[in-house]
Amino acid sequence: MSGVRVLVGTAKGAFILTADESREKWHVEGPIFAGWTIYHLKASPLNSDRIYASQCSDWFGQIIQRSNDGGKTWEQPGGEAQPEFTGQPAGASNKFVYEGHVGTHMWYDGTPHPWEFKRIWHLEPSLTDIDVVYAGAEDAALFRSNDGAMTWQELPGLRSQRGSEWQPGAGGLGVHTILLDPANPKRIYVAISAAGAFRTDDGGTTWKPINRGLRSKYIPDPDAEIGHCVHRLAMHPSRPDVVFMQLHWNVMRTDNAGDLWTNISGNLPTDFGFPIEVHPHEPETIYVVPIKSDSEHYVHEGKLRVYRSRTGGMVWEPLTNGLPQENCYVNVLRDAMATDTLDECGIYFGTTGGQVYVSPDGGDHWKAIVHDLPRVLSVEVQTLP
Amino acid sequence: MPYHLQTLAKIGSEISLEIDSPLTYQSVVDAVELAYPMLRGTIRDHVTHQRRPLLRYFVCSKDVSHESPDTLLPDAVLSGSEPFIIWGAVAGG
Repeated sequence: MSGVRVLVGTAKGAFILTADESREKWHVEGPIFAGWTIYHLKASPLNSDRIYASQCSDWFGQIIQRSNDGGKTWEQPGGEAQPEFTGQPAGASNKFVYEGHVGTHMWYDGTPHPWEFKRIWHLEPSLTDIDVVYAGAEDAALFRSNDGAMTWQELPGLRSQRGSEWQPGAGGLGVHTILLDPANPKRIYVAISAAGAFRTDDGGTTWKPINRGLRSKYIPDPDAEIGHCVHRLAMHPSRPDVVFMQLHWNVMRTDNAGDLWTNISGNLPTDFGFPIEVHPHEPETIYVVPIKSDSEHYVHEGKLRVYRSRTGGMVWEPLTNGLPQENCYVNVLRDAMATDTLDECGIYFGTTGGQVYVSPDGGDHWKAIVHDLPRVLSVEVQTLP
Repeated sequence: MPYHLQTLAKIGSEISLEIDSPLTYQSVVDAVELAYPMLRGTIRDHVTHQRRPLLRYFVCSKDVSHESPDTLLPDAVLSGSEPFIIWGAVAGG
């Protein structure tokens, strides 16, 4: 019988939630890496047992963990004690070094600030090579490993896109979204708060900003080529030229791989938010969780509502069945929403209040899998055979 | 060793290491990283070898974090009667 494995990153450890395809009874395992901040976990699409985790701490820095048995055991790739020198890199899985002259980006106050590696926000395993994985960093850069996360190299062409003018969003200057085009292995989309969206068509050597059509009134030139606070991108694998975006304010879509974006916020009660997801079987069905505002990072009117559009945007319906509809003041962070690929698709999200919700019927009905985890930073879902 | 580094390296709170000369603060951390490569980058920066800002080194009841990493270890540490302590900076509730 098939089932699902939900990988949850929280402020104080990782949790793995598993269930069969009914998604009614759940087994909760964790905290794994107890006490550490787990920004993100993600499994390889080529081998469901291989999972990467970004583990970090203000005290001890960044750690990359890897499991080859579906999360039962973990290792720091290349971190094992070596009785003698083997010629292989040891203990370098957490070594993220910017290429070339590091330079500066723009600080909150508009002054230059040296580029400093802080943490990995997002890990994206390759669609085609089991040992290739991408990592989105704060301060914003894209790293790639070709050896299963044992060593990392920056793809510096991204920061050459006027990186000196990028400035951090409230959560920092981080690469938070990495979308790999299943139809074109050379094409990758990334998004950075608060620099915007970028695309490479040559595997990461050269990049270009793809922000035309975005309008951000909080920057000096609302139509600028860079500087937009993109919160999240989502794509359906069958239509990689169609990308949906939760911008700081506004929900957007492009039908031409980012060359032009249009506003699809429509009848949303507020178009501020963080996550956006696409239904795995219906490419025009998308989900967002509106938040009151950039000053009040909690759901609108004290009601936790997922909004679904079955028309690719503009027309939205609130999904509330099973979600708290009074006195609720949580947020759903950008990486904390995901879907499974079962025939009746499941939607999942985690909140800053520590709840992880599931809807086993595409959003019509919801229930909490867990209520009281630490602040949820990320949710990913594996559909298991 | 701080709790989180103990769990990373699967070690106890105290470890014993053989250290080659010169017997300095830096050589202690060198030896820790050699024996436990999974700790590289967690105590000091991979490239600059600067101590991470929120870690402290204590020796014989003294905070030596800001002393030169080339400072020689005192006899009490060399003899094993006192530990070289790597500790997380205090940040309670």
